[in-house]
Amino acid sequence: MTAVIGLLLTATTTRLMLVWLKPGRNYTELRQRIQSWWVMVGVLFVVLAASKNIAIGFFGVLSFLALKEFLSIVSVRQADRRAVFWAYLAIPVQYYWVSIGWYGMFIIFIPVYVFLFLPMRMVLIGETKGFIRSAGLIHWAVMLTVFSISHIAYLLTLPVKNHDAGALGLVLFILFMTQFNDVCQYVWGKLLGRHKIIPKVSPNKTWEGFIGGVSTVTLCAGFAAPYLTPLSFNQGLLAGLMIGVSGFIGDVVISSVKRDLQIKDTGSFIPGHGGILDRIDSLLYTAPLFFHFVYYVAY
Amino acid sequence: MQRVLKILFFGLLVKPVVFIVLGLNVKGREKLPRHGPAVIAANHNSHLDVMVLMSLFPLSQLHRVRPVAAADYFLCNRFISWFSRTCIGIIPLDRSGHTDLSELFSGCLEALDQNAILIIFPEGSRGDPEKISKIRKGIFYLLKDRLDTPITPVVMRGLGRALPRGEALLVPFNCDVIIGDTLPRPDTSQQLTYSLAEAFDAQMAHCVTHHDAD
Repeated sequence: MTAVIGLLLTATTTRLMLVWLKPGRNYTELRQRIQSWWVMVGVLFVVLAASKNIAIGFFGVLSFLALKEFLSIVSVRQADRRAVFWAYLAIPVQYYWVSIGWYGMFIIFIPVYVFLFLPMRMVLIGETKGFIRSAGLIHWAVMLTVFSISHIAYLLTLPVKNHDAGALGLVLFILFMTQFNDVCQYVWGKLLGRHKIIPKVSPNKTWEGFIGGVSTVTLCAGFAAPYLTPLSFNQGLLAGLMIGVSGFIGDVVISSVKRDLQIKDTGSFIPGHGGILDRIDSLLYTAPLFFHFVYYVAY
Repeated sequence: MQRVLKILFFGLLVKPVVFIVLGLNVKGREKLPRHGPAVIAANHNSHLDVMVLMSLFPLSQLHRVRPVAAADYFLCNRFISWFSRTCIGIIPLDRSGHTDLSELFSGCLEALDQNAILIIFPEGSRGDPEKISKIRKGIFYLLKDRLDTPITPVVMRGLGRALPRGEALLVPFNCDVIIGDTLPRPDTSQQLTYSLAEAFDAQMAHCVTHHDAD
């Protein structure tokens, strides 16, 4: 926590210095971005400190906002309204399984039951034109925004193995490492970036940024893991490597979605950042992968 | 009393629904008129349109914002009539064509004299989901004697999916609200409908939410 506040203070000071050193340029977006970081971190700490169930509910709301954003930017048919309604209803149910710690149900509810149910609901509506597309779209959206994100919440339900860190340690670890990875890849890319990695999807992403970010996060994760998680230093390195690589993939998957739809941001929920999906894109990939890594190694 | 009810209704119910259950992508908020007399001309696909437009204003300004609404629909029974007059503050307009032109707009003109911000849906009806129907000339005849009143075009997209005509189930979707520049002063009704249609078209291009016509 101290580390996060330290980083944010550095960011704010840097911005103030930039304004002071190079006045006349427009820093509105940068200011908004850093201010939004303060708000997000503040909300997160309050929620995590409150109670386990409030924190689980918070991730449920996050899933709802993300799913809504996703279904709003893609072309869901008018006929799919009622199926979409059921997709939303899956959120409280999924997070209920999380809160009671029923692992077996948590892990199959969306990939099995929701997966089979939604197309059936669409059949009852009867509109067959565009059926395949819609069935695929809705399920992909639910998998990304509900199934993936609920893995963060389930970290809170796992029995505590590292008693110094408590249940929160794992959540802070995955959230911090994922967001830190985004920042590191960006900063390394800005500093050294020359060779484009996937010019068709994301022209600003470079090999230098990717490798710099992944190695920074791998190292940091190795050092932080014994304090925040049940993982050892070496396991932490592996987790960090995984977070670095998969975070990048999550980012470019959502970038491809935006490219396809020809939009820049998925919404305007977070000033300076864009929509919810713009912020949690990496988390969609890192959360389930990290969860199952920890679950396999330590449980 | 009426003002308090309106503030309570919007503060406790409408704004939370609009901003959390739905969620807006607002572009050009600074172009909204700050004071009356002014007119907002918006496209119309859902009952939520009025709620969304009114939610853009601070609670303290809300009493100034008055939607012009079909008398045949919103005065159809006593409860709906009381509700739309008190909690929303509509100005009823007779669509049947039986009222004299001089009398038809008296309510609207009176409100404009009191510095109100009128919300008008120039398509005259909600129409098909997510499609802009033909823009009617009524808005010109309403403003005929006061063509200096600024007209701000607003385009909304997404609400026809969230709550289309004839549906009672609200399904959450984000909605775009694109506010355009004030229209040039029109001289004829054709000029006004033309510049309004053009503005709507241009603003549609700024939408983030996507929708295939089906």
